[in-house]
Amino acid sequence: MRRGFPVWAVYALGFVPAVVAFGGGLAGTTGPDPIRALEQTLGLWALRFLLAALCVTPLRRFFGVNLLRYRRALGLLCFYYASLHLLAFIGLDHSFDWAEITREILKRPYAFIGMACLLLLIPLAATSSNAMIKRLGAKNWTRLHRLVYPAALLAAAHFIFAVKSWPLEPLLYAGAAVALLAARLAPKRRPSLEQPHEA
Amino acid sequence: MLIRVGTDLPIASSEITPRSLWLRRRDFLGAGAALGLGLTGVARAASPYSTDEKPNSRADITGYNNFYEFGTDKSDPAAKAGRLKTKPWTLRIDGLVDKPADYALEDFLKPFSTEERIYRMRCVEGWSMVIPWLGFPLAEAIKRAQPQASARYVAFETLVRPEEMPGQRSFPRIIPWPYREGLRLDEAMHPLTILATGLYGEPLPNQNGAPLRLVVPWKYGFKGIKSIVRMTLVAEQPKTSWNMIAPDEYGFFANVNPEVDHPRWSQATERRIGEGGLFAKRRPTLMFNGYESVASLYSGMDLRANF
Repeated sequence: MRRGFPVWAVYALGFVPAVVAFGGGLAGTTGPDPIRALEQTLGLWALRFLLAALCVTPLRRFFGVNLLRYRRALGLLCFYYASLHLLAFIGLDHSFDWAEITREILKRPYAFIGMACLLLLIPLAATSSNAMIKRLGAKNWTRLHRLVYPAALLAAAHFIFAVKSWPLEPLLYAGAAVALLAARLAPKRRPSLEQPHEA
Repeated sequence: MLIRVGTDLPIASSEITPRSLWLRRRDFLGAGAALGLGLTGVARAASPYSTDEKPNSRADITGYNNFYEFGTDKSDPAAKAGRLKTKPWTLRIDGLVDKPADYALEDFLKPFSTEERIYRMRCVEGWSMVIPWLGFPLAEAIKRAQPQASARYVAFETLVRPEEMPGQRSFPRIIPWPYREGLRLDEAMHPLTILATGLYGEPLPNQNGAPLRLVVPWKYGFKGIKSIVRMTLVAEQPKTSWNMIAPDEYGFFANVNPEVDHPRWSQATERRIGEGGLFAKRRPTLMFNGYESVASLYSGMDLRANF
């Protein structure tokens, strides 16, 4: 194995914001509305990990920085945070009032978009193991995992739809998502030029 | 010069009565009444317009605010409103009135005596608080200006001072400044509608809209325009900020109504801030925020169309 920053440490560090947010919520240090604070923190970190995972390919292509071995961890962290975000919405924000929750998800664009985003992430998380890559074959696996592109756009839209007016922060995240997707449309360099980076 | 805000006493009432005791004043009143001692001479009787629900803590009320002049995060106003200079303060009253004037705030306030009004506050975002305001009926201020017969609405404006209000410098512009609000004249004259100058027996903190703000407890909180510099009596329904930004989401009336959802979220329930921590349950939102007596203002109106 190559030396460097270990993958397990990415997971360990990755869960720190969730632990801090939940602990702070229990301790009452996250402001007057701890439920909203926790919900928002979990959602924001899901989006951040999603964008971080999307950075891996452009970093490699344009800057020769290879972080590929962390990509699965970043993607799974995104999925875990998105799941916890939904769980906070269901359990804390709406106290498991299923009728209300169903109504919200079907009726409200922000909730519908968020739910659709998480649904897209499920097959990606489920096929993240080496065994699944082998089983699907690299080509099919790659094709399936392009679902992360619409998921990124939905996640950014979910953020914009959840706030009043047009504050800067959600727009910056949306801009980052669009830029990361656009980077993939740039014409591929010829393999001969790309080879040195792969060595 | 000493400028007294909202009280005739030379010292704040909080200096006379510790807040911890003050918070329990109803217990004393109740005990006094039970004993037939008639303690109303010691502590002033509560306003009949006040709720007997437990007020939120001062920390909650002063630390969790939507006041976009200071930023969009709810902690921004508490962090950034300190730089706002509220003395001197000029209030302009104009439009369809016989006595238009530019008042120095202390002159404007002189004839009015404030009283405590403990009101529920329901934010359009789905949370609520109980707040002990100090204020006086807006009706008194309007009467003093002597509105003309053609006046049918009151338009309000907030201060614009980007050098002290960082939210007014931010990009993209969240609100076309100044923040504007408005009431129909009968709403403005309703005894529940107050101009507030204080909170918890003390002058209003900047983040809560110092030195003068509107409180209309049966409407969503955004109607309660803060740091008012101008009130204009007009004949036509005035423009209001959130309605200008998103007319399909925020109406002119903005009455609290559990039956009429915000297009993007339900208004059927709310979370009472400071209640239950991480495992707080939502509570049902009440029509007109529980202030049913205002229903007669809207008889015959379709509140779904006039949201």
